[in-house]
Amino acid sequence: MEEKKSKLSIVTNGLIKENPALRLVLGTCPTLAVTTSALNGLGMGLSATFVLICSGIVISALRKVIPGTVRLPSYITIIAGFVTVLMMLMQAFLPSLNDALGVYLPLIVVNCIILGRAEMFASKNNVLDSALDGLGMGLGFTLTLVIMGVVREVLGSGTLFGLDLHIPLEPMTLFITPTGGFLVFGVLMAAVIWIEEKTNNRKERNIGCEGCPSAELCQDKTCEKAPAEATNGKEGA
Amino acid sequence: MAAKLAAIFFSMILVNNYVLVKFLGICAFLGVSKRMDSAVGMSCAVTVVMVIATAVIWPIQQLLDAWGLGYLQTVLFILVIATLVQLLELFLKKFIPPLYVSLGVYLPLITTNCAVLGVTILNIDEGYTFPESLVCALGAGIGFMLAMVMFSIVRGRVEAAKPPKCFEGLPITLVAASIVALSFTGFGGIVENIFGA
Repeated sequence: MEEKKSKLSIVTNGLIKENPALRLVLGTCPTLAVTTSALNGLGMGLSATFVLICSGIVISALRKVIPGTVRLPSYITIIAGFVTVLMMLMQAFLPSLNDALGVYLPLIVVNCIILGRAEMFASKNNVLDSALDGLGMGLGFTLTLVIMGVVREVLGSGTLFGLDLHIPLEPMTLFITPTGGFLVFGVLMAAVIWIEEKTNNRKERNIGCEGCPSAELCQDKTCEKAPAEATNGKEGA
Repeated sequence: MAAKLAAIFFSMILVNNYVLVKFLGICAFLGVSKRMDSAVGMSCAVTVVMVIATAVIWPIQQLLDAWGLGYLQTVLFILVIATLVQLLELFLKKFIPPLYVSLGVYLPLITTNCAVLGVTILNIDEGYTFPESLVCALGAGIGFMLAMVMFSIVRGRVEAAKPPKCFEGLPITLVAASIVALSFTGFGGIVENIFGA
């Protein structure tokens, strides 16, 4: 029964249960950097979704061909190839979004969500499931980015998707600065944890380690895992 | 020339701080800033890799431009960085073991650190010359270190505090980072005024 997971559940898994940004804490850099407006968040999310689906399909199709020892460089090359395709498409058809996302577009290559899903899912599952997983993860990521973008844009510039909302308050520019990025993400995550506690399924968050492809190499030496962190904190205090 | 280099250097550290203003290398910033020694080790490794990667990648970009292969930028850069990190790890292990013990453990983490790829791409985008690129990479690395060290100290205090239950762990760390980032917005414009660049 376990093997026959429904196709729909693979997609919804990424949306809520394993939401990459808020539950797995992956891809923090773009989450904070490009969400100064809802539109940028949407653009970034959909770009990452495109790369996730395409690289998921190719990596899963090649999973029996790629030798285990060189899998990470191979994955990175495949992902970088699709990012290049994406950048060319963006430059041709959406130049304004291309300018707004700037350096964060090529940086999708090193987004841990994509490498993480390649390692955790695409390398172990068939092509269709990997594509669906990419879709679900991508949409989950997009959802988080759009929520962040909406909050920051409404509070910081008083607009939504570029439309003036005529809020009778002075916009708080703080929210579109980096400070606001950290703050909104922290509060959003706290809100998610609050809901998790109400529904009794709080998830321990390891900062980026869960999907980090280097996690097995560094083995607690550098990134402290969450449970260890909790005990360390108590000893320290 | 010297004034321009100084302006680039200090603006990378204070005004365009990679972690707190440009959001590059957040995973490392949040993951390794728990203790002061690991924060310093990680940022030294990042600085070294940034400078070496810039030194290698800047000439490669000139070749790409000359041959009209600019679209290979992303693929080539990430492969060069990955190779470079591996070579550096081997080199340290073989020739300078003490340094390998203190810096080497952080090297695997750096391949996928967006700050390194970010600095090489931004150098090209800004159209910096070779010395300017090197100074920019060095400034970015030192800015990374400044943010890491400052934040590891802040974090020591945050760990000892007792926030509301839903803020425990990562959320309160992010809020703390937001306050540290706020302190850096105060530097805006300061470098331009000092060096007149």
